[in-house]
This record gives sequence, C-alpha cells and structure tokens, in this order.
Amino acid sequence: MTQTTLDLLLSGNVATVRQVGGVGAFRRRLMEIGLVPGTHVERVGDTSFADPVRFRCRDAIVALRRVDARCVVVELG
Amino acid sequence: MSAAIAAGRILLVGPPNAGKSTLFNRLTGASADTGNYAGTTVHVETSTLRSLDVELPILDLPGTSSLVAHAADEEVTLRALLDGAESSHLALVLLVLDAPRLSRSLYLGVQVAELGLPMVVAVNLMDEAREAGRPPNAEALREFFGTEVVLVSARQGEGLDALRSTIDRALRDPDAFVPKVDVGVPEATARDVDMLRAQMPAWARFPEAPERERAVARWALLSAGGAHEAGRDLPWALIESLHKGAAAQGRDLDAELVGSRYAFIDARLPSLFTSMQVDDRIRRRTDAIDGVLLHPVFGTLAFLVTMSLVFMALFSWSDPFIGLIEGLFGWLGDQTTAAFAGAIAGGAGSTDSLVILRDFLTQGLLNGVGSVLVFVPQIAVLFFLLALLEDCGYLARAAALMDRVLRLAGLPGRAFVPLLSGYACAVPAILSTRSIPRFRDRLLTMLVVPLTSCSARLPVYTLVVGALFPATVVGWSLPMRPVALMVMYLFSTLITLLAAVVLGKLVVPGDAIPTVLEMPPYRVPDPRNVLRAVVSRVGDFLREAGRTILVATVVLWALLSFPRYTPQQVLPAEVVASAQATGADLDALAAPEALERSYAGRIGQAIEPAIRPLGFDWKIGVGLIGAFAAREVFVATLGVVYGIEDADEANTGLRDRLRAERRADGTPQWTPRTGMSVMVFFALAMQCMSTLAVLRKETEGWRWPIFVTVYMSGLAWVLSMVTYQGLGLLGVP
Repeated sequence: MTQTTLDLLLSGNVATVRQVGGVGAFRRRLMEIGLVPGTHVERVGDTSFADPVRFRCRDAIVALRRVDARCVVVELG
Repeated sequence: MSAAIAAGRILLVGPPNAGKSTLFNRLTGASADTGNYAGTTVHVETSTLRSLDVELPILDLPGTSSLVAHAADEEVTLRALLDGAESSHLALVLLVLDAPRLSRSLYLGVQVAELGLPMVVAVNLMDEAREAGRPPNAEALREFFGTEVVLVSARQGEGLDALRSTIDRALRDPDAFVPKVDVGVPEATARDVDMLRAQMPAWARFPEAPERERAVARWALLSAGGAHEAGRDLPWALIESLHKGAAAQGRDLDAELVGSRYAFIDARLPSLFTSMQVDDRIRRRTDAIDGVLLHPVFGTLAFLVTMSLVFMALFSWSDPFIGLIEGLFGWLGDQTTAAFAGAIAGGAGSTDSLVILRDFLTQGLLNGVGSVLVFVPQIAVLFFLLALLEDCGYLARAAALMDRVLRLAGLPGRAFVPLLSGYACAVPAILSTRSIPRFRDRLLTMLVVPLTSCSARLPVYTLVVGALFPATVVGWSLPMRPVALMVMYLFSTLITLLAAVVLGKLVVPGDAIPTVLEMPPYRVPDPRNVLRAVVSRVGDFLREAGRTILVATVVLWALLSFPRYTPQQVLPAEVVASAQATGADLDALAAPEALERSYAGRIGQAIEPAIRPLGFDWKIGVGLIGAFAAREVFVATLGVVYGIEDADEANTGLRDRLRAERRADGTPQWTPRTGMSVMVFFALAMQCMSTLAVLRKETEGWRWPIFVTVYMSGLAWVLSMVTYQGLGLLGVP
C-alpha cells in the first residue's frame, strides 16, 4: 500500500485514485474525466517525447501531461 | 398518423469519438449545412432527419465529455438544450453513448438526463463492445435512464431502423420519453444547490421543472472559475461564497457533485452489461500499435513521414488541379475578350464603356471567381487526408506527440497540422484549426498561422533573390540564393512561434485547465465520414469566404483600373504618333502611366512617406496594394509599373529592369538592402484578403481579422525598417 502520484507510475502499473489535487476548474476537469477517488488507473506508456503520458482509465486511453498527472495521488497495489 | 408530431429540432449530443458523426450521417441525407451555433464560434452541422412523415432538423453538436463549461465555447451544448426547453424549439434529445467506454460516457449521459428533456439514448459502437466482450444491456440501461434505449452500430448500420422507429414514437409522445435520473447528492450539497437556484437568472429558471433548475444550478457550481465568467450573467459571487462556505465546513462541493455522479454510475455499472467475458484483443492491439506509433524513434519517424505526405499532397498534388482551374479561367477570359473584340473594333456606341465592361468581366468577375475556386483543390486534399487520419485515430496520437514541442510556444499539439499547412497556404490551414477543441487554443493558432511562409511568398523571394543577390558570397563558395531562401523560411518559423508565445500571454491568455488528450482506438476510416468532411468544408468555404474574396477582387480591380485614361491622355503626343507609325501596342505603352494615375497609384504615392524608411518607393507601394489579391500578384503588378509585359519571377526582363531602376538622386532603387527589406516585409505583413475572409468567417466578425492585419503589418513595418536602416549602418549597399 504505497501512495505515490500518477506521473510516477511505471508502465503497466495499476493504481487506485485516492485524492485529486489542484484547485478550481483545473481539479474539476481531472475529476470529470473519471479520476475520482476509488477509480483504477493504469499507466499504459509514454508518447514519443516522454511527455504526455498515456493512461487507461474507465476503458478509455487519455494522455496527460506529467505536470498535470502529478496532482493526482494514487495508491499502488 | 396516430398522433401529432412534436415540432422543433432534434439535438444530437454525445462524447467525442463515440461515432456521433457517423450516426448523424447515417440518419440524415447526404447533405448537411455547417454553420456556427447562433452567436458563437462553435460549428454545428444541421441536416434533416430521414424516415419520418414530417421532416425535422437535426443538429450535430460538438462532441463533449461533460456539459460543464470552462470557456464560452464549451457552453454551447447546454445552451442548445436550454434554448429548446425555454421556447419549445426542442423536439427531442438524441444522446449517443460510447458502448466500449460506457462509464465515461454515462457521466455526460447523467448530466443531460438530469435536465429532464424528452430523450432517446443510442448506445453506439456495439460491434466494438461485443468484440471487447462487454456489450451493454438495453433493458438495464432503460431502467437506468427511465427512457428508451436503442443499441446501435452506426458503421454497420445495425439497429438504425429500431432507432428511427423509437425516434418516431418519441416525437409523437415526448412526455413518455422524459428520463428520470436522480443521482442524489448529500443533504448539505442539496441545500447549497437550492440556495443558488433561487438566485439564478431568468434563462435558468423553469418554474414547471424544479429538477431542471437544480441541474442548471449544479452546472453553474461546477462551471465557476476561468475566462468564461465574464460572458455569463450568473451570480458568480454567490457561487464563490458557496464553494468557500462548504470548504470552511470541511466539505468539497466539486468532489461531492462530480463524485456523486460517478458513484451513482459505478454502483450500477456491473448490472449494465449483458455479459462480462472481457476479451482484451482490441485493447492489446491498440497498445501494440501505440507502442510503435508513439515510440521515441519509430513514432517520430512515422510522424515525419505522415506529415511530409500531407505537406507534399498540399503543395504539389493539388497543383495540377490548380493549373486546370487557372487554365479554365484564363480561357474563359480570352473567350470573353474575343467576344468583345468585334464590338469594340466596330466602334459602335460608347467604346470605353464596352472596354470597362470587358475588363470588369475578365479582370474583376472571372478573375475573382477563379481566385476563389483556386483554393478548392488544396482545401479538398487537406481535408481528405485529415479526415482519414482523424477517423483512423492517428491525428489524436500526432497531437499528443507534438504537445511537448508546441507547449513551449503555448500552442496545443493539434496546432501542428494547421501550422504545417500554413507553409502551403493559410486559407486551408485556418480552416483546419477546427480540429482544435478549445476556442482559445484555436484562436491563438489562427492568429499566428498567417505568419508561416506560404507558397505565395515564394515568387516574391525568388524575384528579389534572383535579381539582387549575387550567386555566391564573394570569397566563400556558399551558394547565396538557396541559402537566402532557407534563411527566410527559418525566419518565418521563428517569428511564428515567438508570436504565439507573446500573443498567448498578452492577447489570449489561457486558463489553467489540464490538457486531456483522448485517444480513440484505431479504426478503419469510414468513407462516408471522409467524403462528408471534404464536401462540407469545401461547400462552407465557397459559401462564406468565397463571397468576401470575390468582392475584394472586384474592388481591387477597380482600384487598379480607375479612373480610366486613354493612351492619348497619358502619353506625349510624339510617343503616340511614333507608336501609331510603327504599329506598337499603345495600350501596353500607356499601362504604367495609367497605373500611376489610378486610385491604387495615388494610394501608393500617398503612402510613400510611410514606406520610405523601409527603402520602398511609391512603385513598390503600388505593388504592395496589388499583393493584397495574393502575394504573388506583387510580381505581376511590378511588371505593369515598370512596363514589362507578362512579367513573372523568373523573367529576366523584370530582373534587369529592377536593377536599372534609379532613385531621384541617381542611386539604384533595388539594392540587396532593399531586397532584404522587401522580403522581411512580405514574410510578416498581412496582405492576403483571402486569409482575412476566412478569418472573419471562422471568428464570426471583423475584430480578429483587423487585429491580425494591425499586428502583422505593424511587425512587418518595424522589422523591415530595422533591416533596411540596420543594413545601411553596416554599410551594405
């Protein structure tokens, strides 16, 4: 049960969202794509220039910038 | 007919990549109109729903994963839904869900259902969901929404008849199709929502539908913050104090509102599928292709190859068609001239008005129609390729790939294609910004695209470099001319990116919203979607921008041709006499003199003081006015000013004439220094009426085209002046 942030997941890691940081509209948008506490997220891989990073969340693949992904606290395991 | 059919329109609402447009194409005929949603810059397609006794308009609203708006352009879906609710314009909401990504699309579905408007749900992409082993269950979803749900696969044509007959039934009895979804929020949250609801403006009040009022109040709570606050008459102070008040109690309104919807969905999700034999073949296939196409080496290579192909297509594949159109209009012009020749030679009636009519038809009207149509091949080719790339899923990857690079300039990854296309022509490039979802990002891209070095600048560079620059740099073996051209392209690229940085900070500041790039699974492109995209973009361009370009061409023709003079009025008598004796073409001899006296010539002379610091004389000034038709017209206009017939950029006659031109003090007018200044000016100045016409259309008004003209031309003046004066100080001739 290790807590980390979304940007630090390794490819293939599956984690559970615990907390979404940031404020206001920024934070709301992250939650609206389904990153609410309890949701599973899988780090799928990178993109060619290592940023943004690809995740699978609720059966969809989304790419997030590392700096944005850092705001999401997840739990491995 | 058993019952009256509801009047009004059908709204098609759904998340991106759910096959909404495919369904739209399938449900409607071949033709659709694109237009902006009233008073916005958001494009919606409108068509007529088939298979009904009565024809009803159907609107394809932009794909969105939430109704919540953080910018004015994101409000359009809610606005369209409420506009209908207020004034009974709405017959039915057709909600499209994404079967393989059901829980994501249900978030939007719940938001729409909460508004309590008559609604039919079409769960699309059933073929993909079955392949993934998790097909949604219609009965369970019917229970979830409290309205009719139809499972479809728009590409395969599966379930469309059932959908049509369900729509028919819903239109006859809309009240039976009002969804009932209540996600239930914590009591404290509900109190906050009710407090806000009482203070909402008139457009958000629905005395007969308190649940809709609550839904709009929840929407307002989630839409707080960001640039769009200015545009809406919502009680922002109250909204902010509600958020703060909740925080003071250790509550979190955002998490409560978003979280309660997802909790509602997640609790029911397992029961919403017919079976759960998850088969991850599609998933693995997508990941495997991504592993290559987003690989540091192969992905970059694939990107470069794809984009080179797009650029080559734009630059050279459309060339034969452009040649064909130019040839056709040249021929039509010749035929018209020939038709007039007899009447003019006959001297019947007033010869001059016949000449004016002939010139208006050939140089004004035909030329104008030709200069509109000449864009069609490039637009068609670009949108054909873009629709293919978008439909198969690659464009979303390309955008993710370029995000890292373009972020430095404050641009989204999707700005890459418009910027690249700009090197061929800004007109299709600006049209292609429509694939950028946020209007702010799109606007910023449109503001800088005209700075990319389009192909119409090349003839000007070629003329200047060829006429004024030595073939090699003295003492070095460096080929001067190709290097000079390369420097101009680098310069243009650098300025474009710098302009994006500056304008992105000062003129269109962005909001702090995370960039979420959705990546659809790879699919075989649907030819219907591709065809529709090409036809709709070309039609759109011809209808909207075409008119402006046509009018501007005629106005420009008038400026260059009026007032009219006969050769006898402008040439000395002895020149006329000797020309008549030798049979020389009097009109051609008189052309430079007539141009000097025309309105354009007078404007050129009037602006000479303003352009003298740049090293330009009035003749170059006239050329600049002519260039407004298209930059390459500069060369032809200079040809007329200097009396060189049929001048083009490779014409030695024009090059020699430029080198021979002297100022009043006897020094050469066209030096390498003037040449540099002219090239810098052409690289930067906004001198293309077609670009302005498209900009006006895409931004709904003259505000942004005027801004672009002022900033680009201002930049051009300053940097040309610095170039000319700076080179002078350095002692460059």
